Amino acid sequence: MLSRRDLLLATAAGWVCPRVPADERASTAPEVLAALPGKQALIQRAFRPPNFETPLAQLAAPFTPNDAFFVRYHLAVIPRIEPHAWRLNVGGASVQHPFSVSLRDLRGSFERASLAAVNQCSGNRRGLFSPRVPGVQWGNGAMGNALWSGVRLRDVLKRAGVGAAALEVVFSGADSAVLPATPNFVKSLPIERALDENTLIALEMNGQPLPHWNGAPARLIVPGWTGTYWMKHLTDIRVEPKPFDGFWMKAAYRVPTGAFPGARFASQESAETTPITEILVNSLIVSPQNGARLKRGERAELIGKAWDNGAGIEAVEVSSDARRSWRDATLGRDLGRFAWREFRMPLDTSGAGPLELAVRARSRNGARQPDALTFNPSGYHDNIVQTVSLEIA
Amino acid sequence: MRRLGIAAAVGAALFGSARLPAAAAEDTHLKDAPGRELTVGRCIVCHSLEYIPANAPAENRAGWQKTIQKMRERFGAPITDEEAQQILDYLDANYSGKS
Repeated sequence: MLSRRDLLLATAAGWVCPRVPADERASTAPEVLAALPGKQALIQRAFRPPNFETPLAQLAAPFTPNDAFFVRYHLAVIPRIEPHAWRLNVGGASVQHPFSVSLRDLRGSFERASLAAVNQCSGNRRGLFSPRVPGVQWGNGAMGNALWSGVRLRDVLKRAGVGAAALEVVFSGADSAVLPATPNFVKSLPIERALDENTLIALEMNGQPLPHWNGAPARLIVPGWTGTYWMKHLTDIRVEPKPFDGFWMKAAYRVPTGAFPGARFASQESAETTPITEILVNSLIVSPQNGARLKRGERAELIGKAWDNGAGIEAVEVSSDARRSWRDATLGRDLGRFAWREFRMPLDTSGAGPLELAVRARSRNGARQPDALTFNPSGYHDNIVQTVSLEIA
Repeated sequence: MRRLGIAAAVGAALFGSARLPAAAAEDTHLKDAPGRELTVGRCIVCHSLEYIPANAPAENRAGWQKTIQKMRERFGAPITDEEAQQILDYLDANYSGKS
């Protein structure tokens, strides 16, 4: 049975044919909007452990508001931490002077550092995967951009004295599992990434103390790497001469070895799988949303965001002819190489009919969004070219 | 409760009073069928139940078997072999390829 919309399209096309939507990858998961304490209503993917996604409209601002920022936990015991009671322990077999520091002393003893960066969950867009894969069925909003402020991890490690044999830095936080048998969420980074000047211990997000649900009072910021490394409620840092062998490194957050570009995590790599590391070049159409109707002759604009691993966005291209030809969109203000970059392009609304747009971003390192998904069993790294189907009437 | 009230009030201010956003809650009801009580009882120890319908489109019998095995072996869920079989039968009958 043809709807009125199909008939309009059929008329515009000149003959009747089944309409194939440009983007059939809509998540089938129902979207329930609900608010955690201190948060706006977000898309509730799961209540406990809490996994809440930022709605598309809230991804329009240059900096994602703290109360709209996505929430992602693996384990359900999430203590509210009193800032004056919190301590950070720095130690491990590869440091000379282990120490423990209060929040006040951490803030007071190290140089302040700030940067804007995208925090993107490794599994962002998993719910759009085909074939479907188990896991939190995220749409596009397991990501956001924020200004993170705190101290450099490097400065903190230097005070402890990093030995020459240091291989990995291991991070754990205050949240934990219900059952003692469940592996705590512990992650490691290669020593060189930990000592990178852009790796921070953030105490603030967009100029405010970190929200509870985003890791208060301190979390790790690993710009350019996916969110799994951005340890929330950070309490312990250990520098070790051996690869960390916990579940969340050895069995989770892994991709087939060699399947994706990006930094290698050599000490954790096997012949079959390797840890997910850097964010792949990607873009998101924020508006108009898929299926929107535009008024003929009225001004309209395609708006979205593009981001990558920190190489920086070189260009965002838009096609309106089924990817045959591409035109450069106008890039917005550069908020820093780890942040997302807004893009805009005026839309031609002079003629009635369907308008299908495809968007692809290109990184300064030459990487471009692919047309086809590289399937992997955990549903990571969906950075394929996005499309929206609009209608001008 | 007070916190939830504040969140709702903040939400109302942001979204307009016409539509109060619901406070997040744990209220998923799994399908009534043999094995439901056991499944609920074991799963809710560690997580809320919407993980089950949410993953249904991605699961089949082999997938659920793998998931149950992961919960037992990796995450230490206290589920006996016999219980695992009953939970698998329930999940497969009610949440394989269906949302």
